[in-house]
Amino acid sequence: MELYYLTAHELGDLLQRKEVSAREVAESFLERLETVDVKVRAYLTVTPEKALEQAARVDAARARGENLSPLAGVPMALKDNLCTEGVRTTCASKMLAEWVPPYSAFVVRRLEAEGAVMLGKLNMDEFAMGSSNENSRFYPVHNPWDLERVPGGSSGGATAAVAAGEACYALGSDTGGSIRQPASFCGVVGMKPTYGRVSRFGLVAFASSLDQIGPITRDVTDCALVLQAIAGHDPYDSTSANLPVPDYRAVLTGEIRGLKIGIPKEYFPEGMEGEVARIVKRAIGRLSDLGAICEEVSLPHTEYALPAYYLVAPAEASSNLARYDGVGFGLRVEGNDIIDMYMRTRSEGFGAEVKRRIMLGTYALSSGYYDAYYLKALKVRTLIRRDFEQAFKRFDVLATPTSPTVAFRLGEKAGDPLAMYLSDLFTIPVNMAGLPAISIPCGFSQGLPVGLQLIGKPFDEETLLRVAYAFEQNTDYHRRRPELGV
Amino acid sequence: MEYEAVIGLEVHAELKTGSKAFCNCTTAFGGEPNTHVCPICLGLPGVLPKINRKVVEFGLKAALALNCQVASFCKFDRKNYYYPDLPKNYQISQYDLPLARHGFLEIEVNGEKKKIGIARVHMEEDAGKLIHVDGSGGGYTLVDYNRAGVPLLEIVSEPDLRSPAEARAYMEQLKAVLEYTEVSDCKMQEGSLRCDANVSVRPLGSREFGTKTEVKNMNSFRALQRALEYEIERQIAILESGGRVVQETRGWDESRGVTVSMRSKEEAHDYRYFPEPDLVPLVIDQEWIEKVRRELPELPNSRRERLIRDYGLPPYDAGVITSSKALADYFDRAVALFPDAKQVSNWLMGDFLRLLNASGLEPDASPVKPEGLAELLKLQQEGTISIKIAKQVFEEMFATGKGARQIVEEKGLVQISDAGELAAIVEKVLAEHPQVVADYRGGKDKALGFLVGQVMKATRGKANPALVNQLLKERL
Ligand SMILES: [Zn+2]
Repeated sequence: MELYYLTAHELGDLLQRKEVSAREVAESFLERLETVDVKVRAYLTVTPEKALEQAARVDAARARGENLSPLAGVPMALKDNLCTEGVRTTCASKMLAEWVPPYSAFVVRRLEAEGAVMLGKLNMDEFAMGSSNENSRFYPVHNPWDLERVPGGSSGGATAAVAAGEACYALGSDTGGSIRQPASFCGVVGMKPTYGRVSRFGLVAFASSLDQIGPITRDVTDCALVLQAIAGHDPYDSTSANLPVPDYRAVLTGEIRGLKIGIPKEYFPEGMEGEVARIVKRAIGRLSDLGAICEEVSLPHTEYALPAYYLVAPAEASSNLARYDGVGFGLRVEGNDIIDMYMRTRSEGFGAEVKRRIMLGTYALSSGYYDAYYLKALKVRTLIRRDFEQAFKRFDVLATPTSPTVAFRLGEKAGDPLAMYLSDLFTIPVNMAGLPAISIPCGFSQGLPVGLQLIGKPFDEETLLRVAYAFEQNTDYHRRRPELGV
Repeated sequence: MEYEAVIGLEVHAELKTGSKAFCNCTTAFGGEPNTHVCPICLGLPGVLPKINRKVVEFGLKAALALNCQVASFCKFDRKNYYYPDLPKNYQISQYDLPLARHGFLEIEVNGEKKKIGIARVHMEEDAGKLIHVDGSGGGYTLVDYNRAGVPLLEIVSEPDLRSPAEARAYMEQLKAVLEYTEVSDCKMQEGSLRCDANVSVRPLGSREFGTKTEVKNMNSFRALQRALEYEIERQIAILESGGRVVQETRGWDESRGVTVSMRSKEEAHDYRYFPEPDLVPLVIDQEWIEKVRRELPELPNSRRERLIRDYGLPPYDAGVITSSKALADYFDRAVALFPDAKQVSNWLMGDFLRLLNASGLEPDASPVKPEGLAELLKLQQEGTISIKIAKQVFEEMFATGKGARQIVEEKGLVQISDAGELAAIVEKVLAEHPQVVADYRGGKDKALGFLVGQVMKATRGKANPALVNQLLKERL
């Protein structure tokens, strides 16, 4: 297989054995990127000089005989809401189209310390708001499995790049499913770690109490490797947990006998795509074949998760996005006075979906409505968390579809925000409860990937990886690559 | 009809922690614009706040010194409003679960003591500073974010104050407490202590509150008192003429001596407070509270009582000395070296404060240290110099920083108490003024004063006045 289609651990082995140089690997990816990104449009910024420079440093270190991380020399790319010092970070918004951060995110510094090679910054829905990547203010991303279809969102550039061989792995962010849903649509592995497992410092905030950074990879082993590199306490993120980070690769045994897996019945609602439900159920059947005990469970407040989410997330967003006012950084559209400048800047800087959510959130927090909306949503959030707590008294892991559908056509839902929101029906409750979850490829429906979502107990990413790995060992969906006609 | 004022004060004190509330930038005053900043206090995309433990500790100190109940659990909230001096367009503050509540501060006005309730004490961050530059086409505005993120303590009183004098006394007492606990520099001119007032009036004896206005922009104790006096008069005049007070925010115009309307209730902000999701709630354990309580320094009221009790100082003197911690510390050190407390207090309240005020210095920055003052007082007490010379030497010490003894020696100011030496001068003076001598002998007692003066003049003030008197009387 071409270098650009190998996994990180495969590349790591080749590099370690000096069968290839980091420079050769980087060049392979850069070449691939140049060929296919005209179709996929996963990148907003490509940084070839930086990549080759980082690769040269890794090669030099290896030549000196230094002991390097398995990720050293492996090319990756970052969702464009992760701050990179000296490299523009746009959030796919006009507001930040020219903004170059003076600092790098915690996770970026971690990966740099591992010797990662950064290829560039990835397309996304503006400020991570969207489920199809059509809300990018630059251009939409195309799904490598069918270029007429969306890659999902908001980390659609990241999942498309990993699927298309344009990056070995990527970091995305997940507020309501933004890693898992596009991972499912693009046939790659995507994990949202427990809230607090990975520092958010340097992730441009959408909804602070829900946002979490996570890996997007080609297989579960890579997911464990990347999570290992980015997890851990950061004193500069008060919400990051001060807990030890286990050795995630150690749990990749393939052994899941006796493990209890709950199947929430609310996650197979009427009206979801029958083929998707069938494929996911078949995947769950595979897990019981491997010795897991699979039983139905109920999470009764599931139906309230989506409406509650669309109060909490926009409320926080309305405040987080207030700083884009044209005063200190980012876009400024001059006006007659300060208020006029604010209005022109924000009218032009933000797209329709971002404006919609700012208005929703502002309304939900307004005096007289706070109790009825925001406070009520927080109460619902508690109920959802309790549902999961109850379920985890009986089960080690829950298994569900990642999304009710496979990738839909570009433009198909663009005019219907509610239909779009439903795409995150199964991922949103996980963010509301702060739990870890992973989406792995579990089959194809008419040539399009379907994702299996596994949900775990707080800070128990290990069990997720263990189950996902056991499934992967017994299937080959993760080895399939899209045609892309090149 | 007779009216009574109802006043509550909202005070903001800048905490003198070395670094800002949520980042590591310095809180130092001054500095080139936008040099005490970092991505966090500039509110750049992606940053997160990190609470500075010192801010909580300083808040605790002040809250305990103000007799408050400290919350074992409190949280931060976002106060959302757009203003260009606010980098994030929200301020991290505390809303429904503040650091502390239910305290009080004791004040004394015209010899009467009164307890003023403290409703709440909470922590928040300061904003930056706007500098308006005039120019053709309307000018422009610059922003300096050096103050953005500096920690503030907001202290809200109950509406227990009944006169501008009480409000001023409360403010002075609060300043003293914050200085004593060393949590704030309390410089009103530099803005490290700011105050807004809620004011209403009602017929004397009424239990209901009148409509209140909020008065802002009072930058000194005097301004506070004047603004309140004006505002109370204004409201009474409205009621007397059958009108109604409008609930609004008014600004004090120091030069014109009036309050002017800034915005009405209808224009008031909806701050859309909600819990700050980037910070975890603060759990303050009892152990920490007790530790801070144990380490609280002596507070102004008890120090004042101590000066009265231990040194027999008059209450007025004790009040002046303890109104500033630095002055009281100075007093304690000086008295330790020169135990005549009343003498020390006279000097401090007289020449010392006069020269300090004239040069705009704080007591701890005085060029004359307590050791220097004690040395001077000893020289005077042992008769080496006269009181008159002592005052002259003190000014010299203040101006040059030299020691008392050094100045006395350099300038030859040692008092002449040698009867032999003085007798010769007395003889000379008597010989030069026969007419005055005759007047005195003729019964004009006042003539003696003239002769003493002539002897002092001849010795350039150094003669021991008692000895001169005695010698003159002997010779006459
Ligand atoms: Zn700072």
